[in-house]
Amino acid sequence: MSDVSYIRRPNRVLTVYAYIFLIVLYLPVLSIPLFAFNDSIYVRFPLQGFTTQWFVQLWERESLWDALGNSLRVGFFVAALSTALGVLAARAITRTRLPGQSAIVAFVMLPIVMPGIIFGVALLVLLSRIGIPLSLYTVTLGHMIVCLPFAIATLLPRFEGFDKSMEEASADLGENGWFTFWRVTFPIVLPGIVASLLLTFTISFDEVIMAFFLTGTEPTLPMYIWSQLRFPREFPSVLALSTIILFVSFIMVFAALYIGRMGLQKNDR
Amino acid sequence: MSDAVSTQGSIPPTQTERRNGLGRLIARSEVLRGYLMLSPAMIIMIIGVLMPFLILVAMSFWTRDGFDFDTTLTLTNYGRAIDEPIFGAFLARSFWVSGIATVATVLLCYPMAYYVAFHVHRNKMLWIIMMTLPFWTSYLLRVFAWKVILGYEGVINSSLLTAGVIEAPLEFLLYSQTAVIITLAHAWAAFAILPLYVSLEKIDRSLLEAAADLGDGPTKRFLRITLPLSLPGVISATFLIFIPTTGDYITPALLGGPDGAMIGNLIQLQFGAVNNWPMGATLSIILMLWIAAVALVFLFVTRKSKESLI
Repeated sequence: MSDVSYIRRPNRVLTVYAYIFLIVLYLPVLSIPLFAFNDSIYVRFPLQGFTTQWFVQLWERESLWDALGNSLRVGFFVAALSTALGVLAARAITRTRLPGQSAIVAFVMLPIVMPGIIFGVALLVLLSRIGIPLSLYTVTLGHMIVCLPFAIATLLPRFEGFDKSMEEASADLGENGWFTFWRVTFPIVLPGIVASLLLTFTISFDEVIMAFFLTGTEPTLPMYIWSQLRFPREFPSVLALSTIILFVSFIMVFAALYIGRMGLQKNDR
Repeated sequence: MSDAVSTQGSIPPTQTERRNGLGRLIARSEVLRGYLMLSPAMIIMIIGVLMPFLILVAMSFWTRDGFDFDTTLTLTNYGRAIDEPIFGAFLARSFWVSGIATVATVLLCYPMAYYVAFHVHRNKMLWIIMMTLPFWTSYLLRVFAWKVILGYEGVINSSLLTAGVIEAPLEFLLYSQTAVIITLAHAWAAFAILPLYVSLEKIDRSLLEAAADLGDGPTKRFLRITLPLSLPGVISATFLIFIPTTGDYITPALLGGPDGAMIGNLIQLQFGAVNNWPMGATLSIILMLWIAAVALVFLFVTRKSKESLI
């Protein structure tokens, strides 16, 4: 006890609060799998017994598989493109001093702090004025705007964290810019790139606000779920579907956050 | 500063000699190269944010003309937005609901962030990931989860009924402002925790020790050192929650009912069932202007109070 500073002395009340906080944070989400295995079309206590029939039912739904395919296609494309653009932007921001740089960064980060509905309706208005019909491409554009700030925000600490002199050493030793990037910069920022890919994919896969305004005839998976929520008898299958989505996104995001922070703390201090 | 000036344009001549014209210019000017690398992201943002926004502003001055728009610029929509009380009422309610949700979130998350910053010494990263993980999962599904919990036959009601605490389901739980506030506070917790944690973690621990040595108790230490120094985190947490939640329409649409509908639902209606796009554009612009105004007032007030604290 004596070697622990009195400021850092464990605070029991705070510890209990922290654990209650975590439980409350996860409880709503965990109720979804709980009822997904419940043998009743009513979502209520007491539980009726274990069943996997809601999951089995999902297999037979053509429209669901189409929606999943749409979401995957949009998600892969958005993740790849926003991460690629994010790498370029993050490198430019950290490696060069550009006039008006802070204004540019603020502009690119804008979608994080503005209500999504405004970007959704604004894009809808633009597309309809130019005469571009709503499709998966328009959803992709909408998701790019949402994901690009997150990609840059994930990649920036990586580029800031490593020593510029390593790139300079490579240049001094005769490598050109392209090889320096591939052999020095890329391996160092790779965890950031992986994290950015996983996060932007997850954001796009779950995104509903932009998709709501920009989806044409082919729905993404969240839009499919949204349309099913109107029918109470579809609740159990939505719960089953949600369980699968939650499980996969938890794993992906955990991996992304873990990889993204790997080794960062060492560089920070 | 002088260091930056000297490194610019100091690429070895052997490399630039091989290139010509534009290539040489790009290679020589680091600034130009920087802009070139930023340009793809900028182009996406200009197409996706700036141009749509300019057209949205223009449209807010148009009027609906059957299924088409009358593109003569008038202030008709803005006049309607001011004259008809329903628009003001929805706006006021949105600010009220998300204001309460923001205050609740920041107050509830502060002790949590404080705990991780000051009392967790091992596996800090795991705690941070655990706290932010739910935020990354589908927003729609988290709102849906609250519907399952708060519903008429939901988790809370059915367990209270089974336990015999209540005789009839509590109706105020779902389809009310309370439901919207609870869900928003829960869904945006990660946005509060991260900035709060960062600002608390940055505080120099020796300041606290000095205060303790000079005889300040825990309460005084907190009020005179920890709280003022974590104020930037509190401010950014407030912004990060308040701004997006005022425009939210998913949560009110699923959980709000008639009393819980917000300005976002009204905007969505103008682009959907009501089919009056110019009015929807006007409401979006008004929402943005109000958010900017509230943000500026809030910044001003916190700056003043910070000065009085120190």
